Amino acid sequence: MTSTEQNIDERLITILRQVSDPEIPVLSIMDMGVVRSAVIEDGIVKVEITPTYSGCPAMDVIGDDIKNALKDAGYQSDIDLILHPAWTTDWITPRGRKALEDYGIAAPLDAEADKDVLLNNKRIVKCTNCGSQNTRLVSQFGSTACKAQFQCEDCQEPFDYFKCLK
Amino acid sequence: MKKENLYNYILGIADNSLILGQRMGELCGHGPSLETDIACTNISLDLFGQVRSYFQYASKIAGDGRTEDDIAMLRKEREYKNVLLVEQPNTDFAYTLGRQFLFDVYHLAFLKELQKSTDLTLSAIANKCVKEVSYHERFSSDWIKRLGDGTEESKQKMQEAINDLWTYTDELFHQTDADKAMVAEGIGVDVTKLKENYYSDVSQVLEKATLQVPVSKYFQKGGKQGIHTEHLGYLLSDLQYMQRTYPNMEW
Repeated sequence: MTSTEQNIDERLITILRQVSDPEIPVLSIMDMGVVRSAVIEDGIVKVEITPTYSGCPAMDVIGDDIKNALKDAGYQSDIDLILHPAWTTDWITPRGRKALEDYGIAAPLDAEADKDVLLNNKRIVKCTNCGSQNTRLVSQFGSTACKAQFQCEDCQEPFDYFKCLK
Repeated sequence: MKKENLYNYILGIADNSLILGQRMGELCGHGPSLETDIACTNISLDLFGQVRSYFQYASKIAGDGRTEDDIAMLRKEREYKNVLLVEQPNTDFAYTLGRQFLFDVYHLAFLKELQKSTDLTLSAIANKCVKEVSYHERFSSDWIKRLGDGTEESKQKMQEAINDLWTYTDELFHQTDADKAMVAEGIGVDVTKLKENYYSDVSQVLEKATLQVPVSKYFQKGGKQGIHTEHLGYLLSDLQYMQRTYPNMEW
């Protein structure tokens, strides 16, 4: 699920782990699942990345960051943006989900639950501050394309929910 | 150009998203509340992102050195093939949402079909977009119900917007020559087949919103042929300003 479709040369894993999402600095792009393949061909690293959302402005920065990280490690690289297969929140690793939660962003639920959440049918998104389930959807759209806005009815803390995308 | 039909077909799809994206972007800093302001600009961002994928592909097909920016920013009014619906102005919030809703229902159905395209790039773009557009459709449908079934004033404004915009809905289902050629090749979507479901889906939401479904038989058309309403020229002068003032800027 998380890594079966990824094709990443072992020598590159530690380097790519250091690159993080500029919008969510605690989250490595590897844990986010946007790196689909990274292989070394004739001394040049070919990396394929896929956008989380079409309009995600972070993609250009992520591409540059990968290039720079690889350059620091002595590699030349070509970065390719691929659209197929389309990114899904399933590709966020368990480690990535934990990093999101620790950072104060509620991690995505599964698709069915997500529908309930965004239609405000059920209260199942836990407050990242106090853990209460007594939370309310403020808006389906949040500070970035991938998030929705929530507020905790108990501690009043506003927080982001990472929308489920399948 | 060898693949002229495909090129024109992609532009037809992309221009809808480009022009609607620009309209939604106009609300940046002007939305009626912070949350709706962010929502409208998020939708705008999604649409612009999708547009880039389409224009990058169109640029590859054109193969004459025109970049995605040239195609997006440097055409004249008559060369834009978007439907008239998406260029209609943000008269008030009811118009903004009415336009969004009437387009989203179509857009979602269209993309679901485009996923089956035999053109692998187009189906990959559609796979990506369909996920985003389902959020748009949920957002705009919710607001139609909220305003339609809201106060006396919100209901009256929502009804007025739907009545006015209704005249632009039929054009969504008109086929251009490029459409026909692409349908024949299994690449394009036969929009005429989407019509029946569209009106029933739209009517369902309007009924839930306690709004009247308009019954007009008179519809406007022309956008797909480049004959636009007076609003598009103003929109383009805004959209193209940076590119024309500082030529060769990139996304």
